[in-house]
Amino acid sequence: MTFVTPVLNYAQLAPILIVLAGAVIGVLIEAFAPRAARHSSQLFISTFSLVTAFAALMTVRNQSSVDAAMGSVAFDGAAVLIQASILAISFLAIFLIADQENFTAMAAAVPGSEEERQSLQKDLRVTEVYPLTLFAVAGMLIFPIATDLITLFVALEILSLPLYLMAGLSRRRRLMSQESALKYFLLGAFSSAFFLFGIAYLYGYSGTITLSGIQESIVGGSGNDIFLLMGIAFLSIGLLFKVGAVPFHAWTPDVYQGAPTAITGFMAAATKIAAFGAILRIFYVGFANAEWQWKPALVVIAIITMVFGSVVAITQRDVKRMLAYSSIAHAGFLLAGVIALSKSGLDSSIFYLFAYGIATLGAFAVVTLVRDSAGEVTDLNRWSGLGKRSPLLALVFALYLLTFAGIPLTSGFIGKFSIFSAAYESGSTAILITGVLASAIAAFFYIRVIVLMFFKDPVEDGTSVVIPSALTTITIAVSATVTILLGVFPAPLLNFIETTAFFIR
Amino acid sequence: MNPYNYLYVAGLLFTIGAIGVIVRRNAIVVFMCIELMLNAANLTLVTFSRINGTLEGQVTAFFTMVVAACEVVVGLAIIIAIYRSRRSASIDDASLLKR
Repeated sequence: MTFVTPVLNYAQLAPILIVLAGAVIGVLIEAFAPRAARHSSQLFISTFSLVTAFAALMTVRNQSSVDAAMGSVAFDGAAVLIQASILAISFLAIFLIADQENFTAMAAAVPGSEEERQSLQKDLRVTEVYPLTLFAVAGMLIFPIATDLITLFVALEILSLPLYLMAGLSRRRRLMSQESALKYFLLGAFSSAFFLFGIAYLYGYSGTITLSGIQESIVGGSGNDIFLLMGIAFLSIGLLFKVGAVPFHAWTPDVYQGAPTAITGFMAAATKIAAFGAILRIFYVGFANAEWQWKPALVVIAIITMVFGSVVAITQRDVKRMLAYSSIAHAGFLLAGVIALSKSGLDSSIFYLFAYGIATLGAFAVVTLVRDSAGEVTDLNRWSGLGKRSPLLALVFALYLLTFAGIPLTSGFIGKFSIFSAAYESGSTAILITGVLASAIAAFFYIRVIVLMFFKDPVEDGTSVVIPSALTTITIAVSATVTILLGVFPAPLLNFIETTAFFIR
Repeated sequence: MNPYNYLYVAGLLFTIGAIGVIVRRNAIVVFMCIELMLNAANLTLVTFSRINGTLEGQVTAFFTMVVAACEVVVGLAIIIAIYRSRRSASIDDASLLKR
């Protein structure tokens, strides 16, 4: 047997490699730099590597190939758009993470112990969070472009493992934060096992691990159909878990609530883009010709997800849990784009992912600012009258809520309109009807929060809005601007996505 | 020997692991059950590699082992952190977050 020297296209792999290099440098800084210099140098390295990676991505944006890494990853229009969205959102998320008020001083210290007291007194900081973020970003960049099952599995783990740790780094309510890390980890590993089992059966069906090979086997129809069905089913369980679709959503509210809010914002926005990028590629490129094997099940899951997310969100009394259920509902709306299985489905999904990611990050950024002496206030009742106390902040939060609800003149409306029309064109009337009904239910609880903020009297219990740091202000301002711009002038981005988005086979 | 028998064994191991994750209460045992599921997937991969006569399955199994090792590092770190704060690794005790 002979080994072939791998030929790598470094220009196309550069964005991923730059982010990984930034992460490795970050680890070295943790090991060798003096404590006082760590935070600023980590922040610099993280932002610098994300910006450089974005620039590197832009230089190769018009090249498409499947040979960048011996057929393991594909670069095409959809890949560039999804990677660019992930990099842009991670860049804004780094600014949120830089506000270290969110993070514990020392993750290893037992909550309530002398050690923890001392670490707080010395004002230590968990600067490890930057390299962890970069590793997660690198995994997210690989996940949606992977075209073979090994790369897909490894990328899934690269993006998940740092997130499990980051969920446990909260400064306040540390027991809750650690608990959310444990839940996220155990359920995440559980779903990875299903994912891997699905990979094994797809390999058994087709004798190859590439998506295009699986597609050829499906067209040829030579393999054992039971293996194919089991493969698609188990692989989908793993993927649907990552996006938080019902009935695989159980981790979402707990993890969103327990994790530090900056991390929640990052993972809610960026993980969803990466996971849906991968789902779109797998179903459009790998399983497109086995449509009748997976479509009925996915339609049912999408419908349950939309309805369940919207209905349960109504009963939530915690703002982070409410946003978590809203993200579940949005996963259902996004599945409509997968089910459409058409060019317009792909375009609208990419637009929706970007618009939703930006708004989610902004919403969680606002949540970090409402605090009392014990940390962030997430109880919705204590948010009442926020609009009278700090009108600007409440207005911005209301904007994000209206975006989630899909009110015209926000990016959410354009996203929902295009994704539902794509679903309708492909004949999924049931999806269209449930989607519109679920949006109406969802609008009810978003508007309830707006009424609470603007038309109720403030409660006097020490809840206050802190003055945001410069970096957090940038995140909130940029995401609010983008949300409005995409709502009022969506045409340039929609046209751009329409002309560039495609999957290479 | 019929290689399909290994698929049945792997399926059985996977089911035992999945049931274990659902019914067991100790985080370490739950984690061990997940490892069992990963190994069941490995056995499936290697069996299919033999049935199909290609090597990708075996290569994937190696990657899985490495990934599983990384998962152990992260997972045990989280479980130990929880154990040190609560003096318990039971996942029933960890219920501060509302259901």
